[in-house]
Amino acid sequence: MDDLLREFVTETNESLDVVDVELVRFEQEPNNAEILANIFRLVHTIKGTCGFLNLPRLETLAHAAEALMGKFRDGAPATSEAVTVVLATIDRIKEILQSLDREQREPDGSDDDLIAALDGMVQRIELPPAEPAHAVGTLTPQVLQRPLRPGENTLDELERAFRETPTDPRPAKPAPSTKSSASERASAEEESAKPGTQSIRVTVDTLEQLMTMVSELVLTRNQLLEIVRRHEESEFKAPLQRLSNVTAELQEGVMKTRMQPIGNAWQKLPRIVRDLCSELDKQIDLEMQGADTELDRQVLDLIKDPLTHMVRNSADHGLEHPHERRAAGKPERGCIRLSAYHEGGFIVIQMSDDGRGLDTERIKAKAIAQGLATEAEIEKLSEAQIHKFIFAPGFSTAAKITSVSGRGVGMDVVRNNIDQIGGTVDVKSVSGVGLSFTIKIPLTLAIIAALIVEAGAEHFAIPQLAVVELVRARAGGDHRIERIRDSAVLRLRDKLLPLAWLTDLLGMESAGEDNAESGYVVVIQVGSQMFGLVVDGVFHTEEIVVKPMSSKLRHIPMFSGNTILGDGSVIMIVDPNGVAQALGSTVSSQMAAAGIAQESANATAGRASSLLVFRAGSAQPKAVPLELITRLEEIDARTIEMSNGRHMVQYRGQLMPLVTLNETMRVKAEGGQPLLVFSDGTRSMALVIDEIVDIVDEHLDIQVASEMPGLLGSAIVKGQATEIIDVGHFLPIAFEDWFRRKEQAVRAAPPSVMLIDDSPFFRNMLTPVLQAAGYAVTAVGSAKAALDLLATEAAFDIVITDVEMPEIDGFELAETLRADPNTAGLPVIALSSTVSAEAIERGRRAGFHDYVAKFDRQGLIASLKEQSDLGRAA
Amino acid sequence: MDASDRTLNEYVTATIGSQLFGMPILRVQDVFVPERVTKVPLALPEIAGVLNLRGRIVTLIDLRRRLGIDGNAQGTTMAIGVESRGESYGLLIDAIGEVLKLDDATREPNPLNLDPMLVRMSMGIHRLDGQLLMILDVDRVLEIGDVRAAA
Repeated sequence: MDDLLREFVTETNESLDVVDVELVRFEQEPNNAEILANIFRLVHTIKGTCGFLNLPRLETLAHAAEALMGKFRDGAPATSEAVTVVLATIDRIKEILQSLDREQREPDGSDDDLIAALDGMVQRIELPPAEPAHAVGTLTPQVLQRPLRPGENTLDELERAFRETPTDPRPAKPAPSTKSSASERASAEEESAKPGTQSIRVTVDTLEQLMTMVSELVLTRNQLLEIVRRHEESEFKAPLQRLSNVTAELQEGVMKTRMQPIGNAWQKLPRIVRDLCSELDKQIDLEMQGADTELDRQVLDLIKDPLTHMVRNSADHGLEHPHERRAAGKPERGCIRLSAYHEGGFIVIQMSDDGRGLDTERIKAKAIAQGLATEAEIEKLSEAQIHKFIFAPGFSTAAKITSVSGRGVGMDVVRNNIDQIGGTVDVKSVSGVGLSFTIKIPLTLAIIAALIVEAGAEHFAIPQLAVVELVRARAGGDHRIERIRDSAVLRLRDKLLPLAWLTDLLGMESAGEDNAESGYVVVIQVGSQMFGLVVDGVFHTEEIVVKPMSSKLRHIPMFSGNTILGDGSVIMIVDPNGVAQALGSTVSSQMAAAGIAQESANATAGRASSLLVFRAGSAQPKAVPLELITRLEEIDARTIEMSNGRHMVQYRGQLMPLVTLNETMRVKAEGGQPLLVFSDGTRSMALVIDEIVDIVDEHLDIQVASEMPGLLGSAIVKGQATEIIDVGHFLPIAFEDWFRRKEQAVRAAPPSVMLIDDSPFFRNMLTPVLQAAGYAVTAVGSAKAALDLLATEAAFDIVITDVEMPEIDGFELAETLRADPNTAGLPVIALSSTVSAEAIERGRRAGFHDYVAKFDRQGLIASLKEQSDLGRAA
Repeated sequence: MDASDRTLNEYVTATIGSQLFGMPILRVQDVFVPERVTKVPLALPEIAGVLNLRGRIVTLIDLRRRLGIDGNAQGTTMAIGVESRGESYGLLIDAIGEVLKLDDATREPNPLNLDPMLVRMSMGIHRLDGQLLMILDVDRVLEIGDVRAAA
């Protein structure tokens, strides 16, 4: 009986969860008979089973609820009041089930209140005249005969038996027939489709145990492999290979049993949102996408609460009251959107709402009040960085504590839970427009592939998922470690990668002294942040079983766990998140927003750029975006030659012109001459400077535009007025006819280009480049301005647009242009700082003709040429 | 004193330097020789490292440092395995001693002038022939990070 009861509790709990969801759906679509039938069937089954197991309280409740739902089925309107009562009944049933699970018997107590409410509701419902007699007939005895219930059980039970029995023997019959006769297969298949996929219930404990054993098996396999690796000729090799394969398959199989759709974690949300709606007097739609995305049970459990919390938060604080929404020009119904999808070995969950967004000012005030940052520090932070404070411990900005959220469980708990499972959470908020959280978590926690590295004579494991690539840096080689003051960087395919030594981060003695310029660089990506971790050696990758850190070591942010390697030694697993944080979260979040088209309206102000600050010609600091610089060089001044009245230097087998910022500046005659090298394809030019001062992350806000050629203007960098150099101005000076010669053939009449970018910096940088390439350029600051301009004078041959822009983004602009017959044929090139396959695909669909990375000037020119040639040919 | 009045407890004894310690035998899982210890960077100084003991990861505690006993850890060759809240620990000691049956009644309170840090971890002193035996409170000894966090 115990087993039966346990099974009943589990099954009923599951059914009730479904009923919860279905009821909320039903309330929204009262005419959907299918939903109602489904609910009715579930409640009916519960009622029947209760009678069978002699659980009078449950049965009475289920019965009364069923009676009310019977009225809905007969055509009575499903009022929100009635649904609320049914939901309350379901809650009570759940309570009873809980204590049933604990104490093996129904708790004492009375449900008269609910029964009365349900019955009252039944009586109040005006029945359609067609079958009042029948309805009253079923209703009255059930209300009055409550004490006589045992007698009625048999009836219910009979009814249930009639319903249930025929479905049971059916699958048994066709099963043998499938084998006996091929001709019957078709019909048999039809039959077997009905019972659905066969499944059995297995307790979670059993699965957990299985997983632990498989983990141990993987470890042992690794140890064996390690042993055999040392023996060149071993008869164990072949069988071990098989063992290894089988183990891998077993591991995968067991892993699969632990997978559950994320919808399980969402199941309770519709009900929660519905209850919140009535409690808070708001109107909220809950949209869920990708509910069937699967992830590890353990992970699922850990994110369930954070997700619920976030949805509650959104409903409570994020979404406004209908009248506020109306005043703000938004639809009265707010919307909370949940979506989940797989990406690599991760699952990405997004939760967004179209509410008021985060209150930056309040977060600032709170952060200062809590001593998380000083006023001066806050002033330097971008909006996105300020928003991150919501994850700080004990941080809650809710002005008043409501029953819904603000119970002292804040976003810090959410973040902790997600951190624990090696995930990341990011927040994006646009004041008045909405808020979105992006959670990225690994699919499974138990077994991961890791790269084994050496640092300071100790070995460490780095999760393979975070590792983008390995680079061997050598002094004098193609990849070498360069230094800008104290910051080490590696130039990797035209990007400067900040570097950190694992030994330094871990406070260890470095193994060799000669590694200042060389070493193995493990390129790691965490969220949108990319950096290089320098290690002394790299060994191999290994499947490792993550074991939790001892509670005495858990405070070390650099490690996420430890593991036993094949050779039996224990090693620490480096936590890429921890390293990224140690590196300083200041590393530009420019590449962020991957995949999210909705960029903040304040994006321009909030977007931080890495700037190289230097001195040249005068004491006033000058700066140039780091992305534009190809290389930092210091050459011997004696190698500088004069040719054709210009300073040149032999650089990588070519003559590279040296350019000074202005005529008064002198190129050094002896000693080291620092240079900033800018490359464009095979050509390079160097800007002569006096010294490099620093690299800083600042959001570039050019406050005073410059009339001087070569300067974009002045901005405040690190509290100092700094001149921002216009690289675009110097490129043509150095190359003189470089662009022109290439483009001469098509220069009959300069094609006109419209450049749309919300950042004045990029407008100013790209305009001269495009002009130099032989295009007539009109630059505008927003998609709206572009559309206005196109409406008045549609004399453009090509449109180049930034993708991430406030209000109307690039995708939307392209769609708008496509939709208008006047502009449908206009080639549109997208410029984006994120060039992912997904974004490109989305761009194609939106109608972009080409998709170019923002800093890929050559790619842009080539694309422009291609598009204008096409245009001419057409 | 009657034999029936006595409550005899068994203690595993160990030495660090010249100091003799005891801990309740029920708390002691095993005694082992730590091998292939992995040092953990950034860990508290009392944590000597971690090691694999028959498939379990054991955290080694430098008991000498934990108890504030002078001298270097050259002599530490053994570890006493204990468990707490499902986690395994090894307490590094110089040498393991015999198992003693001691009467609770003869246990004396900590002397007033004992280092307060030791008082926290000591459950009292037994006077043996020519030596003092300090009874360690294993849970308190393991409260490493906690004490620090509270301070």
